Order: sequence, then structure tokens, then C-alpha cells
Amino acid sequence: MSEVKKFLYVNRKAPYGTIYALESLEVVLIGAAFEQDVRLAFVDDGVFQLTKGQSTDGIGVKNFSPTFRALGDYDVNKLYVERESLEERGLSEDDLQEITYEDEDDDWEEKPSIHIISRAEMADVMADADVVLSF
Amino acid sequence: MAYQVNGQTVEHDEEGYITNLGDWSKELAEVIAEAEEIEMDDERWEVVNFLREYYDEYQIAPAVRVLIKALKKSMGPEKGNNKYMYELFPYGPAKQACKIAGLPKPTGCV
Repeated sequence: MSEVKKFLYVNRKAPYGTIYALESLEVVLIGAAFEQDVRLAFVDDGVFQLTKGQSTDGIGVKNFSPTFRALGDYDVNKLYVERESLEERGLSEDDLQEITYEDEDDDWEEKPSIHIISRAEMADVMADADVVLSF
Repeated sequence: MAYQVNGQTVEHDEEGYITNLGDWSKELAEVIAEAEEIEMDDERWEVVNFLREYYDEYQIAPAVRVLIKALKKSMGPEKGNNKYMYELFPYGPAKQACKIAGLPKPTGCV
């Protein structure tokens, strides 16, 4: 068996307008299917990907934001959001959708997957990863 | 390439997944199942309906592992296991059941 590596997917772009956000999410789901340790980081405009109440009716593309809530089923439960990026865009944790997972080791208790961390802590998260993929 | 159902033509891709998700109906599901050489019964409908609900909520077709885990949770271990799923859908539960449910091919399904 090969060793499990820590993959960090860094999301920097707004959800629509470019294909980066959707492609990143697809790669995350594929990576998770191969049972790697998957983490997601949201910085800069990437924080908009997790906002609640998204509607794409006017732009004719699929609203994929509900898919983030399925990540728990794929054992992806470490979503790091940079506090400074939120604040610079006038956002707070309340603007983000609730994403949870059920902890198998704790009687399937529902726990939050989103962690709001500072820019300095984000640097540590990046340093800790074996593989960093930027989108 | 297309399925014929009630005198209507429903387009599908080279693998048999329908092109427009809105075209789906129960009658169409029976037609796709027939093309897959699968006879729809209550057990299979249960899985197909589950997949449609999952897609409706999360906008993705789940990977097999996720599907089985979710079925285990909602229907119990006697149904949420690999053997039972492959008995129902011999060519892959996610692949075949998703096709019948009118969903896209599951992400990460090769």
C-alpha cells in the first residue's frame, strides 16, 4: 500500500465566470475516491464559492454550490477559509453555507467542516500539505 | 443516438446517458433499463429514486462507495452493501443505476 498523502486544493477564484472552481471540485471528488487525505483552502475571491443562496438562473450555468454539502459523504471534512479574505470582501462566517460531516469515530455526530482561520494559520496549512494544487 | 419513448425521441450520448436531464420520466427509465438488460422491480426503483433524490439535493451523482454508504445508512446493512448492489446492477451500481435514473455519469467513475 502506498502512503496516504495530504492533498491541499487551494481555491482562489469566484465560482462562476471561469471554470476553475467547478474543475477544482471535480478533482477533489475524484481525489477523495482514491482515499487520499483531502483538504480545501479558500482564499481571495475563492471564499465566494462557499456563500449561501447562490442562484445561477440568469447566467445559464449549473449552480454547483450544493455539491460542497456532499463532501462529507466523501470523507472530505477539512475546509479552511481565510478570515482576512472574507473581511476584505465584507463577508463573515454567517454568509457561508453550513457544511457538516458525520464523525464515524464519534457516534456519527454532525460536525462542521468549515474552519475559519487567519492568514498566518493558512500558511501553516499550506506548509503541512504534501501536495498543493492551486485553482 | 436516441431512446424512443411514447413516440418521443430522447437523445443520449455514446454510452447511453441522456443528454438533457429534464427529459427523464419513469417510462424512459424502463426503456433505458431494457437497453441495459435490466428488469426494473421495487428494489431497483428504490435505488434509482434514491439517486435522483441525491442528485436533486447535491447536484452530483455519487461515487459507488458513497452510494453504498448512504444506502447503508438509510436502508440498513442488508441493502447497503456491494454484493446486493451488484446483484441489482451487474455492470456497476453507480454507472447503470445513474444511467437509468437519467443522471450524468458519476464524477470519478472510470
